[in-house]
Amino acid sequence: MSAVGARAATESPAASRPLVQVHDLVREYRMGKDPVHALRGVSFDVREGEYVAIVGPSGCGKSTLLNLLGVIDRPTAGSVTIDGERVDRLPDARATEFRLRAIGFVFQRFYLMPALTARENVELPMAEAGLRGRARRDRALLLLDYVGLRARERHRPSQLSGGEQQRVAIARALANEPRLVLADEPTGELDAGTGTEMIELFGRLNADGTTIIVVTHDEELARAAKRVIHMRDGRILRDERVR
Amino acid sequence: MILSLAAASLLRHRARTMLAILGVAVSAAMLLDMVMLATGMRESFGSLLLSQGFQLRLAPKGTLPFDTEATIAGADSIVAILRARPEVERVSPVLGGQLHIMTARGAVTTAALGIEPAVQGDYELVAGRHPTGADELVANDALLAAIGRRVGDTITAAADYDPQLRAMAGTRALRIVGRVRFIYFAAEQRGAALPLGTLRSMKGRDADRRMSLAMVRLRDGADVERTRALVEHLVPRAHVISIAEAIQQVDERLSYFRQLAVILGAVSLVVAFLLVTTLVTVSVNERIGEIAVMRAIGVRRWRVVAQIAAEAAAMVLVAMPLGLMLGLVTARYLDSILARFPGLPERVDFFLFQPRAAWTALGLLAVSGVLSAVYPSWRSASLPIAATLRREAVG
Repeated sequence: MSAVGARAATESPAASRPLVQVHDLVREYRMGKDPVHALRGVSFDVREGEYVAIVGPSGCGKSTLLNLLGVIDRPTAGSVTIDGERVDRLPDARATEFRLRAIGFVFQRFYLMPALTARENVELPMAEAGLRGRARRDRALLLLDYVGLRARERHRPSQLSGGEQQRVAIARALANEPRLVLADEPTGELDAGTGTEMIELFGRLNADGTTIIVVTHDEELARAAKRVIHMRDGRILRDERVR
Repeated sequence: MILSLAAASLLRHRARTMLAILGVAVSAAMLLDMVMLATGMRESFGSLLLSQGFQLRLAPKGTLPFDTEATIAGADSIVAILRARPEVERVSPVLGGQLHIMTARGAVTTAALGIEPAVQGDYELVAGRHPTGADELVANDALLAAIGRRVGDTITAAADYDPQLRAMAGTRALRIVGRVRFIYFAAEQRGAALPLGTLRSMKGRDADRRMSLAMVRLRDGADVERTRALVEHLVPRAHVISIAEAIQQVDERLSYFRQLAVILGAVSLVVAFLLVTTLVTVSVNERIGEIAVMRAIGVRRWRVVAQIAAEAAAMVLVAMPLGLMLGLVTARYLDSILARFPGLPERVDFFLFQPRAAWTALGLLAVSGVLSAVYPSWRSASLPIAATLRREAVG
């Protein structure tokens, strides 16, 4: 077990069991009167401990795919299985519980609660999961320490730089020891230097055993992943292991 | 954590929160005043009627006490019959009339009550003593001020004025022996009380053995309603009124006040509801992205609703003591104005604070305030998460 408590893979990703299984995933919605085919039958597996980058031009469906993996959207057809559980048709309450326990989200715009301090932001999912008092506080501090922000625990988001806010967001994503961390353009709002620091943090996170799927335009971030899925027009164009 | 978020959200827009709290406080004050008005007069009138312990009143058949100038004949025998009843503790006969008091500037007319000082229940002595002698009377401040006299002075008063002869009738010299406060008189109404026999003799033959009213106090444990029926049977020419019936009569006469109070109270409740709903809706719309993120990271829907309801509850809870104070101050001010309402006893309170009614009203306001937050918060917590985040990202 690493300092962050993520479930470390004890074997290589290739040999481990599939954590995510996506089968023939279709997502259509309407924009005004026009139908939009965001995903047109996407299938792939992600094994425990993998670090996957999904890349492609804007509108290719990569964020839609991430939303479906994160159980915050429902597919038109197809299935998503995470850790052995079909999650594409979960009722709302069960889906919420699943997101709380199994998924860690990192958003492009950080989306921290502006009224809460850095530590309180990290504590929020833990509080929801029922972790109380000192244990919750200690774990929040441990995670802030992991992302290098222990000294800024009492700062509110408005008092933190973009890179620092994203680090807090990563600490928050790790709060309940998720099976899977999903990141949507995590370097999109950061300058090059801060983006590089973030890439290193994701690398360290994966090295500590966390399974990561990241959607990005950032070539440097994509290069840091061990596997890259190229998408275009709602389909997988290429799926390659780069390391 | 929910409370921290709720408090932080309220503090984020301090001015808006303060204005909303003031708005709810004003609504609370209005609701409280209307509840006090709707029930206050009734309770206050009941207390006033019972203040001297007389549960029954005999008035001429078909009238209410002092509603007309009608009187009951054979008053002395009626009083004797009543006093002989074992369940009756005290009977106080009263004859109503007018006195014209001569002053240097002309005659001053005043209401006058002929009473039996030992059993009277119409006034409270402020200074001096009761009018036990045949040529004595007591007067209230309004009368003393109007005639420019004080306790100890002697006045000349007439019980009647003949317009054809343009002369006073039943003139008599009376000594003022006490200063009193009449219980059932309107504000600024001039009044005097003198022995029943004295007033009767001044009024002449028409008033002989007559009374306008008799008040009856029963002994402890006596059944008021049964005694009322019995007295009515014994004195068929009188209308016997219990406190309950008197209150019912008052209720009927003041139903407009009550309806007004109920309508305005309901309006203030609706205003508070809409105010909180508007504020919560605005606040929620500003935080729609935050709420979507909370849902995305696994915060349950009811927890989001609870947080926003806690914000509404906090506003209402802060507003309620303010509303209570404002309501009481306003009620006192309005009461002082309405106390001058012609024909109503000064001592009747239009706005009577009754803790149970007040807490019920404020509790209702608190519940409606919290409920008003439920719909907008539930709606925002039920929006599709992915689509909301996408819109927020684009926006």
